[in-house]
Amino acid sequence: MTHVSETNVERTVDTAAMQVSTTDVAIEVIGMHKWYSDFHVLRDINLKVMRGERIVIAGPSGSGKSTLIRCINRLEEHQEGQIVVNGTELTADLKRIDEVRREVGMVFQHFNLFPHLTILQNLTLAPIWVRGIPKAEAEATAMHYLERVKIPEQAQKFPGQLSGGQQQRVAIARSLCMQPRIMLFDEPTSALDPEMVKEVLEVMISLAEDGMTMICVTHEMGFARQVANRVIFMDQGQIIEQNDPENFFSNPQHERTKLFLSQILH
Amino acid sequence: MAVHGNLSGPAPRPSLLNDPVFRGIIYQVLVAVAVFGFIAWIVLNTAQNLAMQNKTTGFDFLFRTAGFDISFTLFPWSRTSLYWQAFVAGLLNTLLVAVIGIFFATIIGFTLGIARLSSNWLISRVATVYIETIRNIPLLLQLFFWYFAVLKAMPAVRDSFLLPLGVYINQRGIMVPMPLPDHEFIWVAVAFVVCLAAAIAIGIWATRQRTLTGHYPNSIVLAARFANAVVMFALAYLAVTLLGQIVPSLGTPIVAAVGGLALVAVSLTPYRPYAGAFVAFAIAFVVASALLASMFSSIPLVVLQVVGALIGAAVGWIMLERIGTAPVDASRFPTALPILVVFGVPLALYYLIGAELAFEPPVLQRFNFQGGFQLPPELVALVFGLSIYTAAFIAENVRGGIRAVSKGQTEAAQSLGLKEGDRLRLVIIPQAMRVIVPPLTSQYLNLTKNSSLGAAIGYPELVNVFTGTTLNQTGKAIEVIALTMAVYLTFSLLTSAFMNWYNGRVALVER
Amino acid sequence: MTMDIGYVRTDFVPAKPAPGRTGGPILWAQKNLFSTPTNALFTVFGILFLLWAVPPLYNFIIGHAVMPGGTVEECRAEGAGACWAYIYARFNFFIYGFYPIEEYWRPNIVFVMLAALIIPLLMPTAPFKRTNALLFFVVFPVVSFYLLSGGVFGMRYVPTEQWGGLMVTLIISLVGIICSIPLGILLALGRQSKLPIIKTLCVLFIELWRAVPLITVLFMASIMLPLFMPAGTTVDKLLRALVGVTLFSSAYLAETVRGGLQALPRGQFEAGASLGLGYWKRTYFIILPQALKHVIPGIVNNFIALFKDTSLVSIVGIFDLLNTVQSASSDIEWASPTQAVTGYVFAASMFWMFCFAMSRYSLWMEHRLDTGHKR
Ligand SMILES: Nc1ncnc2c1ncn2[C@@H]1O[C@H](COP(=O)(O)OP(=O)(O)OP(=O)(O)O)[C@@H](O)[C@H]1O
Ligand SMILES: [Mg+2]
Repeated sequence: MTHVSETNVERTVDTAAMQVSTTDVAIEVIGMHKWYSDFHVLRDINLKVMRGERIVIAGPSGSGKSTLIRCINRLEEHQEGQIVVNGTELTADLKRIDEVRREVGMVFQHFNLFPHLTILQNLTLAPIWVRGIPKAEAEATAMHYLERVKIPEQAQKFPGQLSGGQQQRVAIARSLCMQPRIMLFDEPTSALDPEMVKEVLEVMISLAEDGMTMICVTHEMGFARQVANRVIFMDQGQIIEQNDPENFFSNPQHERTKLFLSQILH
Repeated sequence: MAVHGNLSGPAPRPSLLNDPVFRGIIYQVLVAVAVFGFIAWIVLNTAQNLAMQNKTTGFDFLFRTAGFDISFTLFPWSRTSLYWQAFVAGLLNTLLVAVIGIFFATIIGFTLGIARLSSNWLISRVATVYIETIRNIPLLLQLFFWYFAVLKAMPAVRDSFLLPLGVYINQRGIMVPMPLPDHEFIWVAVAFVVCLAAAIAIGIWATRQRTLTGHYPNSIVLAARFANAVVMFALAYLAVTLLGQIVPSLGTPIVAAVGGLALVAVSLTPYRPYAGAFVAFAIAFVVASALLASMFSSIPLVVLQVVGALIGAAVGWIMLERIGTAPVDASRFPTALPILVVFGVPLALYYLIGAELAFEPPVLQRFNFQGGFQLPPELVALVFGLSIYTAAFIAENVRGGIRAVSKGQTEAAQSLGLKEGDRLRLVIIPQAMRVIVPPLTSQYLNLTKNSSLGAAIGYPELVNVFTGTTLNQTGKAIEVIALTMAVYLTFSLLTSAFMNWYNGRVALVER
Repeated sequence: MTMDIGYVRTDFVPAKPAPGRTGGPILWAQKNLFSTPTNALFTVFGILFLLWAVPPLYNFIIGHAVMPGGTVEECRAEGAGACWAYIYARFNFFIYGFYPIEEYWRPNIVFVMLAALIIPLLMPTAPFKRTNALLFFVVFPVVSFYLLSGGVFGMRYVPTEQWGGLMVTLIISLVGIICSIPLGILLALGRQSKLPIIKTLCVLFIELWRAVPLITVLFMASIMLPLFMPAGTTVDKLLRALVGVTLFSSAYLAETVRGGLQALPRGQFEAGASLGLGYWKRTYFIILPQALKHVIPGIVNNFIALFKDTSLVSIVGIFDLLNTVQSASSDIEWASPTQAVTGYVFAASMFWMFCFAMSRYSLWMEHRLDTGHKR
C-alpha cells in the first residue's frame, strides 16, 4: 500500500506571489507512449507545463509516475509521441539531451549524492565541468545554495556523514547550482524519517515561492494542497484526472481518483 | 576458596575457577605451554636427526661456490658464483616474471571485465566463457600445456616459424631482434622520459587552469591546434602509406606527403570530421585486411579485403560521429598536445642529432641462431600461463567493482548534464577503483606466489634455484626453506601494508 | 489563473503492443548485437574471432579426432585431431594410478560411498544432517582408509605408492578439506578471541601459511617433516603431502569462517551470554551453526581452490591426476603429435567439470542464503 502522510508545514505559503506564465511553455508532452519491451507502461500522455507551474503527480505504486518524469530528462526513452522541453524536442541526439539536462534538475528518492566527494565538491562538480564556471565562483554559488537549504556548515563533510534529510537538501542544492529552469522531484521525501520530511518540504516550498517550474511525484498531500497549482492523478500508465488542488481533493470526478483518495486520506 | 572480601556488594563472588579472567589466563598458559612444548620437541628431534646425519646448521654456506648452471639470469652467472648470488638470481627471476605477468594480466583482466559487462551479447558471452574456462582449470595444468604442448611442440631450430618483425619461434623459445642503440640514442631515450613527465605536467596544469578559470589557457589552445595539425599529418601520412599496400600507386612518399597535407588542410575547415573519418577508414581497412589475411589463409584475398573495407567503413563512420566540426577551443581537453610532446619531440631529436637505433636480427646459422635476443620458452610459458590465469580473476574483480557503483550514480551525473567522458572520469571510475584496488593487489600477490610454479617447468625462479637446486646440493633444508619463506612473507607484508594505507586513504567517510 | 486545467479521462487507453516488433530474433539481435555502430563493429570482430577459433577447435576435439577404439596409426596420421583412443586405453591409469586391477572394486566402493554421502550433505533440504555429517566427516574417512590400503579382513595390502590418478586427487582434496574444517574453525575462533596469547598464535599461524606459496609448503612437508619427527620414524610420502595441504588450507578456511563470524550481529553473542551459557556451549549451540551456514559458499570456494591446488603434489612426486597424465604423455606405445595435448585436454576437462559444478553450487547457495536473509 502506498505510504501517504500529511506533514503540515508551519507557515503560510504565499501562492498568490507565484507567477504562472500563460504563454511561456516549459514542457510539452504530446501523445507520448512508452514500453518496457512488451509492457505498455505509459499510454497516451498529454501534458503542457507552463513556466512557473508547480505540478504534483500522485497515483498508486507502479502507475508510471517515476517513468514519466524520467522520460522528461530522458533517463528513459519514449517510443511514440513527442516531448519538448524548453523548446527542444528530445530525440536520440546525445548533444541535445545533454543540453536539455543542463536546464532540468532532478532530485531522486535515494539522493544519489557522490559518496567519494565532499558536499562542496558534489555541488561544484557539474558547474565546473558542464558550464565551465571558474572554481571560486562555483564555490560561492554552492555556498549560497547550501545556506539556502540551511546547511552551510556541512560543506567540507562527506555525504556519508550527513542525515537523510540533510543529504536530500544537499541533493536539491546540487541541482540548483546548475541554475535549472525546471526541477523534477521523484518522491524526494519517501526515504526519510518523518521529522526530516519537513525540512526538505520547507526547501521545496521556498523554491516554489521563487517561481521555479516544478514537477513533483510525491505522496505528501499537505504539500500538494499548499503549493501545487495542479494535481495529476495517474493510474495504469495514463493520466486519469487533473485539477487544481482544491477541486481535486474536494471534488474528484473519476471513480479511480475517488477510490485512491478515499484510501489515502483516511 | 574465596580469599577476597566482599567489598563491593552483598552478591557472592563466583569461585575463582568460574571467573572468566582467571579462566582466560589458565587457558592461555595451557596453550602456550602446549605450543612451546611442541616446538621444543620438534627442535630436539631436528637437532638429533641432524647430528645423526653429521650436518651442521648456519648460513655460512651462502658464501660458498654454487658450482651449478642457471639457464637464465639477469646478471652474468658462472659456475664460480656463490650461493647467495644464486638466491639473488632466483629472486630477480621471480620478480621479472611477476612484473611482466602483472602487466599483461592487468591489461587482459580489465579488458575482459569490461567486456563482460558490455551491452553486446556476443562480447560478454565470449568473455564469460574465457573466465569460466580458465579459472576452473589448475594453473599448473595450464603451465604444462603452454610449455610442453605448445612451446616444446614448436618446430626444431632449423624449421623455425618466422613471425612478423623478424621474430622467430622454435623449440628453444622466441628469438627477437636485439635493439642496438648507438651513443646518441641515449639522448632520445632521455628526451622521451622528460617529455613524458612534461606531458603529464602539462595535462595537470591545463586541467587545474580549466577548473580555476573555467577554460583552458589560450596558449594551450593554440598549441593544441598546432599539435592537432601535426598529429593529423602523421596519421594521414601513415594512412596513405598503408593504403599504398593495397593500391600500389599510392605507395610513394611524395603521394603520402601530398595526401597528408591535403587531409590536414581539410581538417582545418568545418569538414574536419571527414578528414578524420577517412584516416580512420584507411588505417582500419588496411590493418583489418592484413589481420584477416593472416587468420583465414584459405579464403581469397579479395573477399577478405571487402570485409576489411566494410570494417574500415564502420570505423570511419563511428569517427565521423565522434569528431566535432569545431576546432579545439578553450572548453576541450587538448588531447593531441601531450601525444605530440611525448612522441614528436623525441622523434624530432632522433633525426636532428642523427641518432640511430639499429636492430640486430636473429639469423639462422647451421645449428642455431646467431644474434638477436632469446626469450627462453620457460619464461614465455610462465608469463603466458600466469597472465591468462590471473586475468580471469582480475576480470571478476573489475566487473564487481564497476557493478558496485549503483545505477543511481550514473543517473545523477546524467541529470546534471555531465557528458559520458566526464561521468566516467569524475564519478564512476573513482568509485569503482576503490572497490577494485584491494582485491587487485591480492591478485598481484597471488600471481607473484604462483610464479613459484615455474619450478615445475624449469624456469629458474626462487623456488627452483634455491629451494630446489641449492637445497639438494647443500642439504641445508631448514635455512633454505626459512629464507624462501621469508621472501614470500615479505611480499605479503608489503602488500598488506599497501592495502592498509590505501584503504585508510580512500575509505568512504561514514557516520 | 484563468487557464482551465480540470481534466478527466473518459476513455481508458488499453495496452497495445509496442511499435515495430518487440520480440523475435531480429529485434533481439538489433538490441543486443547492433544497438550502436560501435557495438556492431564489436559484433563483427566477435564473429570473425569465432569463425577463426571454433572450426579448428571443433576439428581437433571432434571432427578429426580419433575416437576410442581407434589405433595409434590413425593418431599419427597427418592432420589427426585429439587421440581419444589413447585416453580410452589409459583410462584406468588416469583414474586409479598403479592400483592393482583386481582390487578396483575397493576404490569404486569408496567413490559410491562418497557420492551417497556428499550429495545429501550438500542439499539444504535433505534430512538427517547431523547423522550425515558425522558419517561423512568421521566414519567415511576411516572406512575408506581401510578399504583402500587393506591389510585387514583379508584384504590385500596396497601401499600408497600404488595409489594414483583421479583417486588420489580426490583423496588429497577431501582429506584436506575434512581435516582443515575443524582446524580452520578453531583458528578462526582463536583469532576472534579476547585472549592475547591465543589470538597472537592464531594470527601468526594463519598469516604465515597464507603468505607462502603452496609449493614451498609441500617442499617443507616432504623434506622437513621427517627431520621434525623422532629419529627412525618414517612418514609416508602421501601423508607428508596431506599434512602440508591441510595446514595450508586450514589457514585459508580460518579466514573464510572468520568472515562468517564477523557477519553475525553482535546481539547473537550477547544473547548467548545472557542465557548464562559458557563460551564453548555458546559457540557450539548458537554462534557456529549460524556462522557456518553463511560461509558454506565460501567453504565450497575454498574447496575449489584446494581441488585445483592438489595438482601441485605432482611436483613432490605423487601420482595425482595431472601427474599420471603428464607421465603417460611420454608413453612410446601411443606416441603421436597430439598425445600430450589430448592428455592435457582430458585432465583439464576433468578438473573443469568438478570445479565448475562446485562453483555453480556455491553461487546457488549464496543466492539462496541471500534471499533467505531478506525474508
Ligand atoms: N527498467 C524497467 N524495466 C521494466 N519494467 C519497469 C522498469 N522500471 C519500471 N518498470 C515497471 O513500470 C511500471 C511503472 O514503474 P514506475 O517506477 O514508473 O512506477 P511508480 O508509479 O513510480 O511507482 P512507485 O510509486 O512505486 O515509485 C511498474 O510496473 C514497473 O514494474
Ligand atoms: Mg517511483
